[in-house]
Amino acid sequence: MSMAESSPAIRLTDIYKSFGPVQANRGASLEVAAGEIHALVGENGAGKSTLMRVLSGMYAPDSGRMEVFGRDVTGWRTAEAIDAGVGMVHQHFMLVPTLTVAENVMLGRELTKNGQLDRERAEREVAELSRATGLAVRADRTVADLSVGEAQRVEILKTLYRGARILILDEPTAVLSPPEIDELWQVLRQVRARGETIVLITHKLDEVMEISDTITVMRNGRTVARLRTAETRPAEIAKAMVGRDVQLAMHYIDEVRGADTAARTHLPPSAPLLEVRDLLVEDARRLTAVNGVSFSVAPGEILGIAGVEGNGQTELLEALAGLRDVRGGRIAIASRDITRLTVKARGDAGLSHIPEDRHARGLILDYSVAENLILGQQHRFTRGVRIDQERIHENARRQIAAYDIRPVDPQLPARALSGGNQQKIVIAREMGRAFQVLLAAQPTRGVDVGAIEFIHARLRDARDAGKAILLVSADLAEILALSDRIAVMYGGRLVTVLPRAEASEEVLGPYMTGAATEHAA
Amino acid sequence: MIIFGFLAQTLRIVIPYIFAASGGVISERSGLIAIGLEGYMLTGAFCAALASYYSGSPWIGLIGAAAGGIAIALLYAVTAIRFRADQVVVGIAINLLAVGMTRFFLRLTFHSSANSPRVPGFGAEQSGTGVASLASNPLIWMGIAAVALVAWMLYRTPFGLRIRAVGEHPVAATSVGIRVGRIRYLAAALSGMLAGLGGAYLALDQHQFSAEMTAGRGFIALAAVIFGRWDPVRAALACLLFAAADALQIQLQGAQAIPSQFVEMIPYALTIIALAGVVGRATPPAALGKVAE
Repeated sequence: MSMAESSPAIRLTDIYKSFGPVQANRGASLEVAAGEIHALVGENGAGKSTLMRVLSGMYAPDSGRMEVFGRDVTGWRTAEAIDAGVGMVHQHFMLVPTLTVAENVMLGRELTKNGQLDRERAEREVAELSRATGLAVRADRTVADLSVGEAQRVEILKTLYRGARILILDEPTAVLSPPEIDELWQVLRQVRARGETIVLITHKLDEVMEISDTITVMRNGRTVARLRTAETRPAEIAKAMVGRDVQLAMHYIDEVRGADTAARTHLPPSAPLLEVRDLLVEDARRLTAVNGVSFSVAPGEILGIAGVEGNGQTELLEALAGLRDVRGGRIAIASRDITRLTVKARGDAGLSHIPEDRHARGLILDYSVAENLILGQQHRFTRGVRIDQERIHENARRQIAAYDIRPVDPQLPARALSGGNQQKIVIAREMGRAFQVLLAAQPTRGVDVGAIEFIHARLRDARDAGKAILLVSADLAEILALSDRIAVMYGGRLVTVLPRAEASEEVLGPYMTGAATEHAA
Repeated sequence: MIIFGFLAQTLRIVIPYIFAASGGVISERSGLIAIGLEGYMLTGAFCAALASYYSGSPWIGLIGAAAGGIAIALLYAVTAIRFRADQVVVGIAINLLAVGMTRFFLRLTFHSSANSPRVPGFGAEQSGTGVASLASNPLIWMGIAAVALVAWMLYRTPFGLRIRAVGEHPVAATSVGIRVGRIRYLAAALSGMLAGLGGAYLALDQHQFSAEMTAGRGFIALAAVIFGRWDPVRAALACLLFAAADALQIQLQGAQAIPSQFVEMIPYALTIIALAGVVGRATPPAALGKVAE
């Protein structure tokens, strides 16, 4: 009997970890046998990432016991974890963009010759490991120039280079296109075949079913279930994840499968509400980010833009919203040219915008819920030169009730609300007023299942009320669940536009990676 | 002859700039804004005069300058790293502190509010513009060597790689087991030492310390760091440009053709033009000025 079999690769017992008033882990446990792929699942905010950061030494637990291959390692440092073969691939890559692949891989345990960095040896070793694992990377490239998929391969390579025997991956598929995901699964199976242990953090049940051997479910910072993948069903996992009200979770899964999509084949034959012609937009580095994009959205239509993040979606939305100058092209709402209008004038012309980053653009976290509910609309809530507090509160009371924002307290700072309720503030503000065109960017990112369902229902209601909606999401399932037509953005262009009925993950995947192109008319 | 004098003058002026700018590059690449260079230089100048005066050796003066520069840079680093204070605010406070402290100790030790008595320097007299007197000043050679050493350290050694990683993405550095705070303290100490030596050059060259004798050179050096896009060699070249403008100003003042006030503005106007024109496109280290987690 080997050591690995006599004691589990990982055993975490009763881990507690708080950040100020927030209890991320409260009695979380995890046990993973060596040589298996273990899925750590739970909703956003369940404490999965925190628990794994504790295991990888980034955070010290407040209490609890940690064992790796039978050794007590409670509260160790990152360097010790790496030395013991525990490596984590974070959701936000831990790569220094200005350094090369080889420099990133050796950072922290640099190879030297006569006191100098030995770049050649590092590049050679990276190339060798790249061949051995099938993780294709070019060692001398600067990380900033890599695609997201490549950067992730570098991350995995980096942890393996450090001799990782336990590989932790935090939501690795969030940034990948379907073919890249398949490639990742192949790599993980290969790594497992070498005897390594893998912990996969995810909240996507199809991934869990496809790749894992065993499952731990977390909820509200606690471990609530341990399951064998072969002996369970998605419904059972979803029930453990959500705890209450399984219907909500299951409903979303149905949505994802397309069973519930009321994708309407007969579009109303009216003039488009949003029209974009030959739009050219530059990014912060003055490189062309949106390269001649044209499309239109009709009243009562949701146009979904799919694509791997970083292909110009952000710049496109910012240009439409008036947050970024356009270099060429034309934007019109209901035939009125708004290309050069200010954000405020666009709002008055009937444009609403749910920004992709609610913390950076959607909310002022230290302002109250009531104040956040009128941001950008303050000129409509005045009496003379003064702000009309009474109407602001009346508005807040109405919106909080209509959009089920909890807790029900208009005076609370937005910071005090959960991610889902913060997002509902943004949704309420942008959809709770007169508008014709809605830009919805990542409307459900980092939001729990119940709130996702609610937000999706509001978007469908708006569509049915004859609004034009442009939906941009990195979540392909969300695009498929909501859109009437789907466009794929790659390299700053719309490479295809398809009716919902003709779109599926399999069809869209090659467009998202640039493998297929067919310029939209 | 005029050309030769101009070149020698430029070399004389550039040395304190390149010491401070080399230190500034290290500090900023690690993520610490080097706004306190002026204060480090002034402290270094005073400590050089003090140590040189009491020991009778300019070499001891250099050690004093390095120690003083390191001490005040570490004070800045502790406030910015340990106590997470805003780097710009603390940096400005450090500069003001250096002005006040050097004046205070000037009065305490030398009983003067303006300058110290004559202190030993390298060479007998204030260095003229002759080749021999310039070449005999070891600080000139040390300054040039500092640029090469800093460039080598930053790009060729593990420590330099870590400095660049910490200034660009400190969380990533933490995740591979690098102690971000420690790297930044070391970077701060090195920047204090180098800027301190730049200050020592001023005091030892004039054989005395006078109040506020750095006269904004630390800020010019910081401008050179930015103009040189955080690269030690390019920063040194930027220093050379600013020093040349300074030397030109001195030459033109003799000419009397243009009002001297205008001539005196040349180096500063050039600094502003250079920063506005070039830096618009330069990207600073991503974590510059941010509190590490």
